[in-house]
Amino acid sequence: MDVVKEDQVLDCSGLLCPMPIVKTSKAIKEMQSGQILKVIATDAGYPPDVEAWSRQTGNPVLDSMAEGGRFIVFLQKS
Amino acid sequence: MSKSDPNAPKRLALISSKGTLDWAYPPFILATAAGAMGWEVGVFFTFYGLTLLKPRLTAAVSPLGNPAMPMKMPFGPDEFQNIDWPMPNLLMANVPGFETVATNLMKQTFKNKGVASVEELRDMAIELDVRLIGCQMTMDVFGFKREDFIPQAEIGGAATFLEYTADADVQLFI
Repeated sequence: MDVVKEDQVLDCSGLLCPMPIVKTSKAIKEMQSGQILKVIATDAGYPPDVEAWSRQTGNPVLDSMAEGGRFIVFLQKS
Repeated sequence: MSKSDPNAPKRLALISSKGTLDWAYPPFILATAAGAMGWEVGVFFTFYGLTLLKPRLTAAVSPLGNPAMPMKMPFGPDEFQNIDWPMPNLLMANVPGFETVATNLMKQTFKNKGVASVEELRDMAIELDVRLIGCQMTMDVFGFKREDFIPQAEIGGAATFLEYTADADVQLFI
């Protein structure tokens, strides 16, 4: 798989529900269609929540990984 | 009858009926999360929930009659912070200022863990165009005036909220 290159990074480290999702939504709203947002979160609820958010809003999750207590998710603005 | 417009966004209708700090969180968390997902959201603040529309939030929490509430210390090493402090009702009922202490401990613990304050969540809800509806009947009963509440709140009664709820996909009573 090609390496995903983000247009913007959103750091939600240290924030708990619902702030990472609310900030994700705000960031995506200000982006252009097709652009990629990289989100870093430490809330263990974020990976399942962002999947649900993605299904509800139609902005796809391109890639998702966990490393050392951090969750990194790449989203594309639809 | 189903929704009049099949292309309308999903709609969440909440009733917020409790005004303590612990119960102030769920409606605002759900409202902001739903707003972030592009849903329409309306919250009806009734009875004790109505105080959550005041400009200055004074929501407190009491472990009294709340036996499952863990008391946590927001400072010290992790092992200390993770202790659930048992608080007998007799002690709580007799110590003046105990509720203030309990409220401050909860606020500090939440803040340390990265949970937004109720005020921040309410501001976020307003930014996300969440409809905040104050219950007219509760205002009359408790003697509140329109100007006692934030300007973003609208005032309505059961019929106002029910009409909104009739087209909602999710309705929850909190």
